[in-house]
Amino acid sequence: AARGCGGVWRRAWQRGGGGCPAPTPRGQRAVSCNARGGAVPAGKSGLAPWVPVVGLEIHAQISSNSKLFSGSQVQFAAPPNSLVSFFDASLPGTLPVLNRRCVEAAVMTGLALNCSINKKSLFDRKHYFYADLPAGYQITQQRVPVAVNGRLSYSLCIDNKMSQMVTKTVRIKQIQLEQDSGKSLHDDTRSQTLVDLNRAGVGLMEVVMEPDMCCGEEAAAAVRELQLILQTLGSSQAVMAEGQLRVDANVSVHHPGEPYGVRTEVKNINSIRFLAKAVDYEIQRQIEELKNGGTILNETRAFDSKLGCTVPMRDKEGKQDYRFMPEPNLPPLILYDAKSLPANMNHQQVVNIDWIHERLPDLPSVKRAKLVEQYGILPEHSFILLNEDGLTEFFENVVKQTQMKPKKVIGWILKDLLSYLKQHSLTVKESPVSPFLLADLLNLLEKKEISSTAAKQVLAELWKGEGKTPLEIVKEKELELIQDQKELEQICQAVIDGQENE
Amino acid sequence: GAWKGGLRFQVSAALKEGRVTPTELCQRCLSLIKSTKFLNAYITVAEETALKQAEESEKRYRRGQPLGVLDGIPIAVKDNFNTAGIETTCASNMLKGYVSPYNATVVQKLLDQGAVLLGKTNLDEFAMGSGSTDGIFGPVRNPWSYSRQYKEKSVPKSHSEDKDANWVITGGSSGGSAAAVSSFTCFAALGSDTGGSTRNPAAHCGVVGLKPTYGLISRHGLIPLVNSMDVPGILTRCVDDAAVVLGSLAGHDPKDSTTIQDNFKPFELPNLTDVSKFLIGIPKEYHAPGLSSEILALWSKAADLFKNAGAKVIEVSLPHTRYSIVCYHVLCTAEVASNMARFDGLEYGHRSDMNKSTESMYAATRREGFNDVVRGRILSGNYFLLKQNYENYFIKAQKVRRLIANDFVKVFRSGVDILLTPTTLSDAVPYMEFIKEDNRTRSTQDDILTQAANMAGLPAINVPTALSERGLPVGLQFIGRSFQEKQLLTVAKWFEKQVKFPTIQLEEVKRHNHGVFQHQKSASFS
Repeated sequence: AARGCGGVWRRAWQRGGGGCPAPTPRGQRAVSCNARGGAVPAGKSGLAPWVPVVGLEIHAQISSNSKLFSGSQVQFAAPPNSLVSFFDASLPGTLPVLNRRCVEAAVMTGLALNCSINKKSLFDRKHYFYADLPAGYQITQQRVPVAVNGRLSYSLCIDNKMSQMVTKTVRIKQIQLEQDSGKSLHDDTRSQTLVDLNRAGVGLMEVVMEPDMCCGEEAAAAVRELQLILQTLGSSQAVMAEGQLRVDANVSVHHPGEPYGVRTEVKNINSIRFLAKAVDYEIQRQIEELKNGGTILNETRAFDSKLGCTVPMRDKEGKQDYRFMPEPNLPPLILYDAKSLPANMNHQQVVNIDWIHERLPDLPSVKRAKLVEQYGILPEHSFILLNEDGLTEFFENVVKQTQMKPKKVIGWILKDLLSYLKQHSLTVKESPVSPFLLADLLNLLEKKEISSTAAKQVLAELWKGEGKTPLEIVKEKELELIQDQKELEQICQAVIDGQENE
Repeated sequence: GAWKGGLRFQVSAALKEGRVTPTELCQRCLSLIKSTKFLNAYITVAEETALKQAEESEKRYRRGQPLGVLDGIPIAVKDNFNTAGIETTCASNMLKGYVSPYNATVVQKLLDQGAVLLGKTNLDEFAMGSGSTDGIFGPVRNPWSYSRQYKEKSVPKSHSEDKDANWVITGGSSGGSAAAVSSFTCFAALGSDTGGSTRNPAAHCGVVGLKPTYGLISRHGLIPLVNSMDVPGILTRCVDDAAVVLGSLAGHDPKDSTTIQDNFKPFELPNLTDVSKFLIGIPKEYHAPGLSSEILALWSKAADLFKNAGAKVIEVSLPHTRYSIVCYHVLCTAEVASNMARFDGLEYGHRSDMNKSTESMYAATRREGFNDVVRGRILSGNYFLLKQNYENYFIKAQKVRRLIANDFVKVFRSGVDILLTPTTLSDAVPYMEFIKEDNRTRSTQDDILTQAANMAGLPAINVPTALSERGLPVGLQFIGRSFQEKQLLTVAKWFEKQVKFPTIQLEEVKRHNHGVFQHQKSASFS
């Protein structure tokens, strides 16, 4: 895989006012990386070019009924501490029992990200004291993770133009299985900490992306593609707002030809939009810092979405030594393929990589290619279709029920449906107009029973969701195109007569 | 006598025939526990629940539907196994008053088979020690200290000295369980064995102590010392009993991923008449510094016994065993440091009043909750696990462990069936003598002959062999091949029969041996 995106940071920036310590111009994308790749010389201002380097660590909560090592249920927003087994609370003497579903989810994800799956992987303990980590250690896969050496292709558009898309690749270093922690709520006024262990022990896949990205836009596009893949596989619901997908960004800058700069880790990013913002802010902050003769500290910073900037996190106790050691209560995780599968093995006891591989669903990239091929739509439209949950299905259902060409249908989907939904902050599933109704309407248009102006009027009525069919609305509002020559002549004559009489 | 060799079966038969009821049996044990309270073998006596369990058992016998050979048999469990509703303390301030909501798998299995749980036995704090002297409830006293055999031979140095001052330790860390079995307060007890914690006190207390193969018995619910070496241990009065208990405990547990999947078939031990087909190995490295001449002599005598009976006895070498102590120290402390991390005062156990910050609460809780031994091990373990030390200590120790285990593999592959070694360097020492040295020094010396079996995960058993010149028990250890418990116990049973280890002569036991136990009068206590 290509090393880095080759983008060079060259833009001169203005000092921004306001509370933020670094200069993001308001309302304007401060960062634009050279998506075509290749080094760009220093700008007119004579500034030395900077190369930003962005790597990501993504924690995806595995979609499973029960936790990684215990039988407790996994559920978002359940009453505090209602989903806690003895193991989750780390009662003395309890032992971990690996959840097969979590392993399969990780293998699936590994295969989808073109990883090699380790037929033998190991679990380790990572130690630190924290209120929401009851055992005092997290079980993770530090030495030999379940999947390694993959790659993820993602696309983004240049200068925000949908018509100019480029495809890039980021290398996946590894995917490891690990436990989630609980949640701590700090009540400063009463100076107490409340602990909720519902999340403690939920299975996570940590996807480590190599520092092959160079700006917030790339990071956001890569994460969006990963999110789509996880959702397609069903290995994670990957909803960032619910914490099922958590992204930490490692950011550094350096001059071309020089070694990588000191990196910071940016945490607390809870949407893809904020990811782009946080990364870009951090890149700028670092460049600014270095320009002013400062140094970059190897620190953890939090993204403040209100201020739009990153701030140093109160470091727990300086540098942590996690004192990794092998988890002695779990034997090595052995995976099989068709070749290595022992003949008399209980199927409930084994995970067969080949079996999972054969059953992988179409990944987003394949789905897009198929849409383009099958319906003759533009590649960029296929991206939009997949980006909105349920939109592809909506589109395909409309196409099935109308004589209108898919190429034309897509316009109605993207321009009319989508912009209406966006305007009203609705999901595709919440659309007041069903694919059936839209198809009905488009059929009227296609049969030239109404004009396209009238069709828009009908659609406007349909949004109200009053349960009328397009035809009923057309009748009610008398929007039919008049096809009868005689009738048209009469109308025309009436108009002319009226004029003459005046 | 009848107390020896198949007692379990005799009592089982007595129960079945109605000559004694489970309640009578339970009551007898409870009253014996009271009269031997000075031994400090029990931390908690669960009188009420035990009597209730006995009552249930009695109903089953009356219906003619006992659950099996263990139904109605009074047992004791080391206080580092979780028992629902009965305190589980690990002899530590950290867990004092802690009542677990669940039963360890082994405890559940015993209860499911009708056993009557009398109580929880004393130990070194978190099983860290080899004397059963380092727990918050005080040291366990070896019942043999009060036996006629010992009293006759030990002459007080001066008359001014307290005549009680000569009492000897039980060994450890399962000293409470060993003392409980040895003093007849229960018929079998569970211990745990990480470096010899079952076999060592068994040797000192003159009982059978079995450490099964790692992975044969579930550790779920055993509060861990070293997860990769811990095995629930079985303490009984004879080898046959150990086989019965093993049969009731062994097998895969879905709650412990390190238990083997294969089905385990409980077995009865044959009465071996011919040992000529066995090849007995005598590992020369077990001729360790500090081995008493008495034990050395006994060991040779045992080897001769096999030789004379037609077995082939050869000297073998386990060259890496001498590194076992230092290797164990690194691996043990590392896992201890990790396992003890959960005791932070938040979810359960002791919590300090210190509330300046979460960190200061952690620190105070752990300082108040753990004794010096535990804290010392946590400290060194964390040191070995530091990034800068991991390669030099932990990884190296793991490699050495592999070498130690491979030594055994080679010896067994060469055709050796069973290894015969001493269990301890000497007989039990008086408490006053024992505490002259610190826990670490003691553990280091005392584990030397037992630890390698844990490193290699092999089954090993202490068989009481003879009394020392001081009138104290001495045992020998048999180490077998992985999962070859039947062979190991068969040989051990043969040996047990040959040596005719004497019965402890305890005043307290004698007093209780009346009434319903008349049928067992043949057991000679006098």
